[in-house]
Amino acid sequence: MQRSLHIDPLKCTGCLQCEMACSYHAEGAFNPSRSRIKVFTFHEAGRFAPYTCTQCDEAWCMHACPVEAITTDLETGAKVVSESKCVGCKVCTIACPFGTINYHHVSGKVVKCDLCGGDPECAKACPTDAITWIDADWTGLDRMRASAEKSLAGVAAS
Amino acid sequence: MQHIIIGTGPAGVIAAETLKKVAPDSQITLIGSEPEPPYSRMAIPYYLVEQIGEEGTWLRDGENHFAELGIKRITDRVSGVDTTSQTLTLENGEPLRWDRLLIASGSHPVKPPIPGIDLPQVQSCWTLEDARQIAARAQPGANVVLMGAGFIGCIILEALHNRGVNLTVIETGDRMVPRMLNEKAGNLLKSWTQSKGVTVHTSTSVEAIEASSSEQVNVRLSNGETLPADLVISATGVRPNTDFLNDTGIEIRSGIVIDDTMQSSIDNIFAAGDVAEGYDFSTGMHSVQAIQPTAADHGRIAALNMAGITTAHRGSVNMNVLDTLGLITTSFGLWAGSGDGDETELYNPQSYKYINLQFDGDRLIGASTAGMTNHVGVIRGLIQNRTRLGPWKDRLIKDPTRLMEAWVGICENISPG
Ligand SMILES: Cc1cc2nc3c(=O)[nH]c(=O)nc-3n(C[C@H](O)[C@H](O)[C@H](O)COP(=O)(O)OP(=O)(O)OC[C@H]3O[C@@H](n4cnc5c(N)ncnc54)[C@H](O)[C@@H]3O)c2cc1C
Repeated sequence: MQRSLHIDPLKCTGCLQCEMACSYHAEGAFNPSRSRIKVFTFHEAGRFAPYTCTQCDEAWCMHACPVEAITTDLETGAKVVSESKCVGCKVCTIACPFGTINYHHVSGKVVKCDLCGGDPECAKACPTDAITWIDADWTGLDRMRASAEKSLAGVAAS
Repeated sequence: MQHIIIGTGPAGVIAAETLKKVAPDSQITLIGSEPEPPYSRMAIPYYLVEQIGEEGTWLRDGENHFAELGIKRITDRVSGVDTTSQTLTLENGEPLRWDRLLIASGSHPVKPPIPGIDLPQVQSCWTLEDARQIAARAQPGANVVLMGAGFIGCIILEALHNRGVNLTVIETGDRMVPRMLNEKAGNLLKSWTQSKGVTVHTSTSVEAIEASSSEQVNVRLSNGETLPADLVISATGVRPNTDFLNDTGIEIRSGIVIDDTMQSSIDNIFAAGDVAEGYDFSTGMHSVQAIQPTAADHGRIAALNMAGITTAHRGSVNMNVLDTLGLITTSFGLWAGSGDGDETELYNPQSYKYINLQFDGDRLIGASTAGMTNHVGVIRGLIQNRTRLGPWKDRLIKDPTRLMEAWVGICENISPG
C-alpha cells in the first residue's frame, strides 16, 4: 500500500522543524520561507496547522500544465515537477485550489512537495508526531481532498 | 466505437488520452491541421526567448507518444461536417465516420479593420509558425509595435522585450489588461512596464499602417504620433474556429454552445476548449473563456461523457496569471464584483502590491492581485468550493493577504479569534 503524510494539527507546537528540514532538503539551506510545507499560526486560538500538498489523483496542477512538466511518481503517488521541463508559466499556481504549488522567483520555476521521493523529511523532523508518514488511505489530508474534489470536479451522475 | 477529435491543442489531446484511459477498446482519431506534433501555444513566449526549443512546446514527449497509446493521428484540415451521415470531410484525406465527435478546434486571432493590416510586417502571435516569423524579425534594436495589451499581448510583451527590441505597446482601453484587471491594478502594471523601459500608450488606437520602404512601416496612432516599425504584432483578440461548421445546424453563438456534459445542440457532437461556449462557474452564463485550464477541464469532461460515463460540469472559474517583466498579476472569477457584495483592497503602489477581494455574503466570488505569488491557487479553491468564510470574512476585510490562513483555519475549524 502507498503511504501518505498524515497531519494532526492538534499535536503541532509550531516549532517549525518541518519547515527547516524541508527547506534544507529541497534547497540546501535552512530557510522556512522556501519550505514546501508551511505551518500556519493562529495566535488568538493558540493553534498551529502544518499544511502541504495533498497529492490529488486527478491533480489540477498536473492537468493545467501546458508542457507535461508535472507527472505522477508511480512509487509514491506524488505529483512531481520536472525542473527541466517547467517553463515557469505559473498556470498551475492558479489552478491548484489548495494553493500548494508556488512560483520560485530564484529558479523561475514552480515548486511543490514531492514527498522527498518516499522518505519525507518533515515527518522525520517532527518531534511531536503531528506529521507522520503512515500506511493509510484515509488521512486528514485525504479527507480534505475528498470533500474539495467532490465539489470542484465534474460530478459523476449516478 | 469510433471517437474522432478535431484539434490537437490541450483540449483535444487531454480528451484523447482520457478516452484511451476510460474506453481502451474504442478507436480514437485525433485530427490537427498544424504540421507540428501537438504543442502548447502557452509555451510560445518561452520559445521566443530561446529558453526552450520547439520540442519544449510539445504537449507530450516524443514523436511517437500517441502511436504508442494507440491513438491515431491525422495531419489534415477538416473542411466539412455532415451531421446526418455522421461523417466529416478532410481537405486531403478520405472522409471519416464517427460515433462520437469532439470539436476542439480552438480559436484564431482576429484582424482589426485597420488599413495596412495585411502588410507583411504585420504578424499575429498565435501559432508556432507565427513564433518562427517573429523570432526571425524581432532582432535586437528592431522597432516593434505591439497592438493590444490584453491577456495575450501582455504574455508576449516580456518575451519581446527580452529579445532586445525597442518595444511600444498600444492599447485602446484605459489601462493594461482591462478585461482582467481593474483601473488600479491595470495602471499599476502600466507604470511597472514603463519603468522597465517599454513605452505604453493606453486609450490610444492604431489608425493605419503604411509601408515606408520595402522593409519598414509607419504606424499612425490616434494621438497624432507616427511610429516607424520593423514589425507590428497584432494581439487584439481571438475568435473560435467554426467556419467548417457552417450549415450543420450546430448552435453557435460566440462559440459552440455546449451543455453541462460538453455536448453541442446535436447528439453525439461535443465541443471543448477555446471553440466552446461553456458554462462559467461565476456568472452562471455561457461564455468563451479561451484559457488553458478551461480547455483542460473541458477536454477531460467531454471525453468521460463521450465514453458514456455521464459527468456533469459545474462550470469553469475564469482565471489568469501574467508575468510582465517580473510583476505577477492574477485575476479570478468575478474580479469586478457582483455589484452588491462587500469588497476589500490593499493597494501599495510604491512596492507594486495590490490585492482586491470581492464577496457575496460571506463567500469569496472574485479576486485580483499584483505582486503576490504565494498560495494564490487557494483563491480558486475558496471561490469554487463556495466556502462559507464565517468569521474569517472580517479578518480578510481587514487584511486580504490572509487568504491561505483563512482556508487552513476553516479546514481545521479554527476561528480567527
Ligand atoms: C502566445 C500565447 C500564450 C498563451 N498563454 C496563456 C496563458 O498563460 N494562460 C492561459 O490560460 N492561456 C494562454 N493562452 C491561451 C491557450 O493557449 C488556449 O486557451 C489553449 O490553447 C486552448 O486550447 P484548445 O485545445 O481549445 O485550442 P488550441 O490550442 O488552439 O488547439 C486547436 C487545434 O485545432 C486545430 N484546428 C483548428 N481548425 C481545424 C480544422 N478545421 N481541422 C483540423 N484541425 C483544426 C488547430 O490547428 C489547433 O492545433 C496562450 C495563447 C497564446 C497564443
